[in-house]
Amino acid sequence: MSRHGDFWRRARRHPGFVVGTALSTLLGLAALVSLVWQPWPPAEIDIPGRLQPPGAAHWLGTDSLGRDIASQLLVGAQSSIVVGVLAVAIGLVAGVALGALASARRGWVEELVMRFSDVAFAFPALLSAIMLAAIAGPGLPTAIVAIGIFNIPVFARLTRGAANAAWAREYVLAARAAGKGPWRITLDHVLPNIANVLIVQATVAFATAILAEAALSYLGLGAQPPVPSWGRMLNEAQAQMFQAPLLAVWPGLAIVLAVLGLNLMGDGLRDLLDPKLARRR
Amino acid sequence: MPTFLLKRVTTFVATLAVASLLVFAVLELLPGNVAQVILGDTATPESLAALEHRLGLDRPAAERYLGWVGGLLRGQTALSHAYDTPTAELILERLQVTLPLAAMAMALTVALALALGIHAAAHHGRRGDVGVMAASQLGIAIPNFWLAILLILVFAVKLQWVGAGGFPGWREDEGGGIVAGLVALALPAVSLAAVQAAILARMTRSAVLEAMHEDFVRTARAKGLDRRAVLRRHVLRNAMIPVLTVMGLQLANLIAGTVVIENVFVLPGIGRLVFQAIANRDLVVVRDVVMFLVAIVVAINFAVDLLYALVDPRLRAVDA
Repeated sequence: MSRHGDFWRRARRHPGFVVGTALSTLLGLAALVSLVWQPWPPAEIDIPGRLQPPGAAHWLGTDSLGRDIASQLLVGAQSSIVVGVLAVAIGLVAGVALGALASARRGWVEELVMRFSDVAFAFPALLSAIMLAAIAGPGLPTAIVAIGIFNIPVFARLTRGAANAAWAREYVLAARAAGKGPWRITLDHVLPNIANVLIVQATVAFATAILAEAALSYLGLGAQPPVPSWGRMLNEAQAQMFQAPLLAVWPGLAIVLAVLGLNLMGDGLRDLLDPKLARRR
Repeated sequence: MPTFLLKRVTTFVATLAVASLLVFAVLELLPGNVAQVILGDTATPESLAALEHRLGLDRPAAERYLGWVGGLLRGQTALSHAYDTPTAELILERLQVTLPLAAMAMALTVALALALGIHAAAHHGRRGDVGVMAASQLGIAIPNFWLAILLILVFAVKLQWVGAGGFPGWREDEGGGIVAGLVALALPAVSLAAVQAAILARMTRSAVLEAMHEDFVRTARAKGLDRRAVLRRHVLRNAMIPVLTVMGLQLANLIAGTVVIENVFVLPGIGRLVFQAIANRDLVVVRDVVMFLVAIVVAINFAVDLLYALVDPRLRAVDA
């Protein structure tokens, strides 16, 4: 049986992976559907119809300006996915490049990359976002850059560790004996062999990015009106807590389901792609 | 050991120096400088130049950087534009809320996580283990500020046991007091701790499980020690090393977390300070608070490194 066939056969029997993939697919579908259809225009204000309870017309009710909650949630999935994809991409591209460079060159280059990541680790995404927001103003780009910068040392360290292990393997020795240079070896042998570790980390980093985006938007540093975002919905809901407590429940549930799905999928991938690690856990 | 210590201290100082350069570069050298941010886009070139002169922005960057860092080291910080008070004074005042909050949250995190993690490992594969793992998977996915909002919904809105936010102060003559202060920090501490505890509990569980499968555990059992004694004397000591690393990282996370949680509960701590500073365009405060928080994160990592060496003498030997 082919390797892929085997993967899917085992994947179907992994409950965490199945649930995680289902939830992550749901997140993706919500964002896709919202591109072409929403129950109501999400930014449409309807003051007479404000703070309606969930019902047939408005499935999850309306907020303090009469905007449809379900529509805002659907469109909010877009913000989460855009931030997640771009922030992970920044971390993945820059981090893997730095980590692979450190591993291929060793010596002072490696030392420099590691010290750089020490410094970068001193800046949680929130602090970068605070600095960027103070000079460039808040917004989704600020959130994306801040979370992306935070991801760079994460991927750099992971890549360096995994790549160093790969460099010590026989197939790399064989490639060197065949006269391949460090760049060819990195591209042809090292990166393909550490791809699994990176895929797992990318999934987990995606979940972390969604959490970070929500927190930044809640604080007003991320998505700005009229861009719908789950974090900002929570901020607005807090003001209505005594009149409409349910408003503060829905966006949080959406965040939890999205993050839970991605984390379960990441854990599942780790088990499925790296049987050695799975047995040890 | 001296080489080890020297190397760590050098890294610590160098990291702080580079981090301070970064903070300075981002907040003072990037286009849209302090004066521009304060006055906004409509400022005339003359008023801009005047303010730049008053703030000393027309001096060379190197001089300004050295002046800033030198001031920080001597405890002489710049005046906040909005409060007209040295930033160090503002930070110290706000720490009276942030520090107890972080300490309470960390204590709760460690107590919860160790209890749950060790319980899960000791009952590996059984109901208790599955329950703890499921709860922690859920805990990791819950944003701390949403948990905070839910706690407010339950305890302030429905049950009305506590207020929905605010801080009465530590002094009784100002309407607060120790008890009132601790009560006001209870829900914020729980919302910070729950999520962190979920992560740490998983880490503790896998570290304990790993240590339980070591040869020395089998030896200890073979010489007749009972399970509890083995767990306490041999397993936990060895499991502490990875757990300590994560705790260090978490303390750093917690500092960032307090910034968010203080804003949910309207607590007058460092987090509120920096947010009001952004709103007031008080870049001096933003700069010094960010630097202060970065220094704390770096110091925590430094302390964890030293603790490591204390717990595991092998690391000292390899490194020296």
